[in-house]
Amino acid sequence: MLIVCWSPVMVEVWNGPGDKKTVEGPSRMPAPIRLRELIRTIRTARTQAEEREMIQKECAAIRSSFREEDNTYRCRNVAKLLYMHMLGYPAHFGQLECLKLIASQKFTDKRIGYLGAMLLLDERQDVHLLMTNCIKNDLNHSTQYVQGLALCTLGCMGSSEMCRDLAGEVEKLLKTSNSYLRKKAALCAVHVIRKVPELMEMFLPATKNLLSEKNHGVLHTSVVLLTEMCERSPDMLAHFRKLVPQLVRILKNLIMSGYSPEHDVSGISDPFLQVRILRLLRILGKGDDDSSEAMNDILAQVATNTETSKNVGNAILYETVLTIMDIKSESGLRVLAINILGRFLLNNDKNIRYVALTSLLKTVQTDHNAVQRHRSTIVDCLKDLDVSIKRRAMELSFALVNGNNIRGMMKELLYFLDSCDPEFKADCASGVFLAAEKYAPSKRWHIDTIMRVLTTAGSYVRDDSVPNLIQLITNSVEMHAYTVQRLYKALLDDISQQPLVQVASWCIGEYGDLLVSGQCEEEEPIQVTEDEVLDVLEGLLVSNLSTPVTRGYALTAIMKLSTRFTSVNRIKKVVSIYGSSIDVELQQRAVEYNALFKKYDHMRPALLERMPIMEKTASNGPTEIVQTNGEAEPSVVEAKHPPPVTQPTNQANDLLDLLGGNDVVPVIQTTVPTKPASAGGELLDLLGDLSLSGGPAPAPATSVPSSQPAFLLDGLTSPPLFNDIAAAGIPPMTAYNKNGLKIDFTFERANPNPNIAVITIHASNSTEADMTDFVFQAAVPKTFQLQLLSPSSNVVPTLNQGTVTQVIRVLNPQKQQLRMRIKLTYTHKGSAVQDLAEVNNFPPQSWQ
Amino acid sequence: MMRFMLLFSRQGKLRLQKWFTSMSEREKKKIIRDMTTMVLARQPRSCNFMQWKDLKIVYKRYASLYFCLGVESQENELLALEIIHRYVELLDKYFGNVCELDIIFNFEKAYFILDEFLMGGEIQETSKQIVNRSIEASDMLQEDDISEWYEVELFG
Repeated sequence: MLIVCWSPVMVEVWNGPGDKKTVEGPSRMPAPIRLRELIRTIRTARTQAEEREMIQKECAAIRSSFREEDNTYRCRNVAKLLYMHMLGYPAHFGQLECLKLIASQKFTDKRIGYLGAMLLLDERQDVHLLMTNCIKNDLNHSTQYVQGLALCTLGCMGSSEMCRDLAGEVEKLLKTSNSYLRKKAALCAVHVIRKVPELMEMFLPATKNLLSEKNHGVLHTSVVLLTEMCERSPDMLAHFRKLVPQLVRILKNLIMSGYSPEHDVSGISDPFLQVRILRLLRILGKGDDDSSEAMNDILAQVATNTETSKNVGNAILYETVLTIMDIKSESGLRVLAINILGRFLLNNDKNIRYVALTSLLKTVQTDHNAVQRHRSTIVDCLKDLDVSIKRRAMELSFALVNGNNIRGMMKELLYFLDSCDPEFKADCASGVFLAAEKYAPSKRWHIDTIMRVLTTAGSYVRDDSVPNLIQLITNSVEMHAYTVQRLYKALLDDISQQPLVQVASWCIGEYGDLLVSGQCEEEEPIQVTEDEVLDVLEGLLVSNLSTPVTRGYALTAIMKLSTRFTSVNRIKKVVSIYGSSIDVELQQRAVEYNALFKKYDHMRPALLERMPIMEKTASNGPTEIVQTNGEAEPSVVEAKHPPPVTQPTNQANDLLDLLGGNDVVPVIQTTVPTKPASAGGELLDLLGDLSLSGGPAPAPATSVPSSQPAFLLDGLTSPPLFNDIAAAGIPPMTAYNKNGLKIDFTFERANPNPNIAVITIHASNSTEADMTDFVFQAAVPKTFQLQLLSPSSNVVPTLNQGTVTQVIRVLNPQKQQLRMRIKLTYTHKGSAVQDLAEVNNFPPQSWQ
Repeated sequence: MMRFMLLFSRQGKLRLQKWFTSMSEREKKKIIRDMTTMVLARQPRSCNFMQWKDLKIVYKRYASLYFCLGVESQENELLALEIIHRYVELLDKYFGNVCELDIIFNFEKAYFILDEFLMGGEIQETSKQIVNRSIEASDMLQEDDISEWYEVELFG
């Protein structure tokens, strides 16, 4: 007999038919190595590469073994695969093998198979559905441990489809008298409900007698099931409220009963069950007076009788406190709860302190006064070494700050800011700013606090703090000298913290005159010369530590000082140097400032004068003020359209509305903003003769009223740098186009006065109805003068059959950018229409 | 509910991973990485709780092993410490003075014990004795299997 030994098949053939016993010939693969041996071997690997090689070899062997459909060693192989999977190696080729193991009759196979399924299979892969039938069979197995395996797997990783298919089986098992299975079925039901909430109803009947169980395992899982149902459905919650007395009884028994070895943990009987019951009571008692009352006594009992020497007792106390705070408990009980938390704060155990701080944070809103009593302990926790505790203490401290304790609290918080880790600094700085804003006892205190934050944590403050701070400083008029002095001194010490440097530069630019004049009431004034100040600012410009934004601030500050200092030449030099800076932003500024020196020197004082008091738009948002140039650009905001005027208002008021009459008009050389009372008067002068009914031509206003200031004061935008005066021929434009009404402007230059632009409006109507009683009104900023001639008619005919024309003459002596606000009124299809619009798109040639 | 339980050594080697919600392999790997990094970076006498995303992380070191539990925000952290401790007691009873090596070489048993104690992210049985008895009974069932196949040792 020739034995060819290169494959098992060949061996069998040559042996002829007969018993199928496989011969362990030389070519037969050896039995797969045992699990523990594999583990031992892999652990001897000295390098990652060596380990990988071993794993790959073993995986190959396992793969072949799987291919051979070997039942005997499948279990061993899958176990090894699970080990390798834990080390981080791929094991997906074992998924189907797990399913085969589950289907096996042997308990060992099932055990490993289900474990493998839980580790390797996932509801994202369709293959997991193949388990469903096996699980169904096993749920009805004669051996409870097999049933247990099936329940466990379903309850841990069952997908929604599986849950739907098998919910009925779970429900059946929930009603069994076998407590081992009942407890597992309860948790399995919890999982089913989490995956498929609609199935919750079907478990309701089975919950009837769950709480009458004596077995703690069943009791515990039943409470979990009830909790899940109550959390998900208000109806269930209402339904289960009747269980409160029973739950109270069970809890009472647990506390009062003697030592029970089976459930004892450090002298406390079944703390896990106690905590779960407390949690369910919390849910049932919330918002319900009767239930809350029914549980008052037991809560007080637990709170006072629980042994607190070990963690387990504190765990129960913690849960009790949470329950007391959440339900409608009587005030005595609430005080008791907060005092427990206060005691926790003094506990040596860090965990307990942490938990106390977390809970106090939750209750600080509702029981503010009670928590305030523990303020000093909480503040002490700021000095704790533990990071988690520090964070909680910081959050809680900010929540406790109020008008009464602001000084003391801020002292502690600033000290904390000094010494805390960088991860806290940003949040702490923001918190300090917010608290200071709300409760500052005095302006000086406020500014001192801000200074402290900027100097100690300056690099961590948020970006929006800079504009907020600048606004705050501007509005504290009497503190300007003090503030600029302190900021200047801070700059001398340290120029690395950008927010500090930016705020300081801005202030020096604004209040540099106060700085050198040596007038300071709050503290000893320092002696500093203009040159020294300029040295500092120039130092910022050249320093490597300064960001481009900071450089911008510094340059603008230097420029502003040109109207406050006498050493203008030095400033001119600096500004012209930066005209060729490679930083585009800096270059543009320098060039514009240069132009200010050269061509527009007459405007420089007005442009660079003191900022007015700024209005805050939102408590946390940045203000509308643009700080990049020294120009006063207060509230030239978008036109706030007033509500349609139904009753005839004062003509002056109408025109005021046109210009947004809130414009703050700072008068030259003072810092106090003046009300625009004169504005209305002037407009009245200019346009007072305007006929609103399209009647005879008004008398044109020709002379400039003497009260009108000579310099531009409001609505300033960058003056044109390069005067490209186009050749004749100014292009027309559409000024307005809405609801079928279109208004075009055409231009011509008036002779002999090139400062007058003559604009003709052409109004057309594309709707199917005429626009009657059409009135066009216009207003311009104060440096302009406007003359409105009479319109051609006051009916704009339908469907563009004709236009209404009207001539406007605009005097623009300063060649400012032309802007106009227009008001249109007409009657259309029987109803009165009114609209306001701003016209900003004038071609440059019309006003240059 | 609990979301996951991880056991890892001081060098960050994973010894057990139990997930109570469905997650992709990538997500699991990320969580393992984050947990090991965070926990191993903690100072020796810090408190055992941390905040991570929307979960509370409760961890405790027993000899050379870190036990790390990720729980939802309404869970009681102090009780979570007791859960970890209970699991260690169960292992200790089963293996007799359990050490890391026991869990390395018998990881499947560690899983079996865990699956009798916790399920679906909740506690299944609060009695130590009952859990132990269930495990012993299941082991005996395995023996029955083996006795039919005396010539083949499955685990060894």
